[in-house]
Amino acid sequence: MSPSPESRPAKRDAAQEAAAAQALARSPRQAFWHGAVQSLPFLIVIIPFAILFGVVALEAGLDLAQVMGFSVLVLAGASQFTAVQLLSDNAPVWIVILSSLAVNLRMAMYSASLVPWLGSATGRQRAGLAYVLIDQTYALSIQHYEENPRLGMAQRLGYFGGAALVLCLPWAIGSWIGATVGQAIPEEVALDFALPITFIAMVAPMLRTLAHMAACFVAVVAALLLAGMPSGSGLLIAAPLGMIAGALVETLTERRATP
Amino acid sequence: MSGGYSDATIWFVILVLGVATYLIRWSFLGALGGKAMPGWVLRLLRYTPVAVLPALVAPLVVWPAATEGQTDPARLAAAIATLSVGVLTKNVVLSILAGAGTLFGLIYMAG
Repeated sequence: MSPSPESRPAKRDAAQEAAAAQALARSPRQAFWHGAVQSLPFLIVIIPFAILFGVVALEAGLDLAQVMGFSVLVLAGASQFTAVQLLSDNAPVWIVILSSLAVNLRMAMYSASLVPWLGSATGRQRAGLAYVLIDQTYALSIQHYEENPRLGMAQRLGYFGGAALVLCLPWAIGSWIGATVGQAIPEEVALDFALPITFIAMVAPMLRTLAHMAACFVAVVAALLLAGMPSGSGLLIAAPLGMIAGALVETLTERRATP
Repeated sequence: MSGGYSDATIWFVILVLGVATYLIRWSFLGALGGKAMPGWVLRLLRYTPVAVLPALVAPLVVWPAATEGQTDPARLAAAIATLSVGVLTKNVVLSILAGAGTLFGLIYMAG
């Protein structure tokens, strides 16, 4: 769900060349629809996640307006789940805010890596893009730009806009559905475990390198050792330790690869 | 809010998170422009999701609130199933289904 900029396809075949020529020929409006259509498969994940967020948030005691406040103003799934989990643990407000923001720090990386492609758009366009810069719009767009480096700015913006519409609007709608039908779910359903399962499922595919596994392992061990600390605060130590472990292993792996 | 937060506090959290998250997204694209981030910062940022999310989840898996902190075989098995299927298939939806299926299956069998 959150690809790093290093993964990009290297090989190109005839079919890709044809697709590249087609991409260059699109009008901005066609680029918009192209982005929208290519985003559709992601909805299989986004809609259930959004519904789940509505349900879990309602369970934690938020009202419908607050659920929608999260999904429209924050618009970042993992951090919304984090905030709701910590709120239901009665964590201090500053811990809720810091932990949820930590989850979103990766977006600074997305923002930086889009500068070469979208940095020369107008200030207003960049301000709009920033609002809809989520894991999936980033992943799709950066891949499209790298495969088609000669796209014009209007085509790039069109593609991003199409992806944003298809990916961000259902997040709000799904949350609303979840918060509305959530009351109908019987008590016996073990919803307490929906969040752990969701997060594990989001993280598992990201464990592609030794460095990612090291980050995850160190963070888990530290979080378990620090679980006795006041609600949520162990996370603020465990997570940075995991990040440092990941960065260190990456550095060591690189050194070994380039003697 | 069940746990003693006022509505105003919840809205405060939502607004601060909304504004700060927006600023994170806007940061380089909006303000810093072409200035490159130091390599070590990018390197740390790359590992935020795989560090933060597992650290948040690990205690919930080992000591679930629903069982008053008693380690629960069904929940533990569900977490392991989710992780295994996720690592093997790289498919988020399959992985959630595996975890949910394991959990409900085991809870049902336990009666």
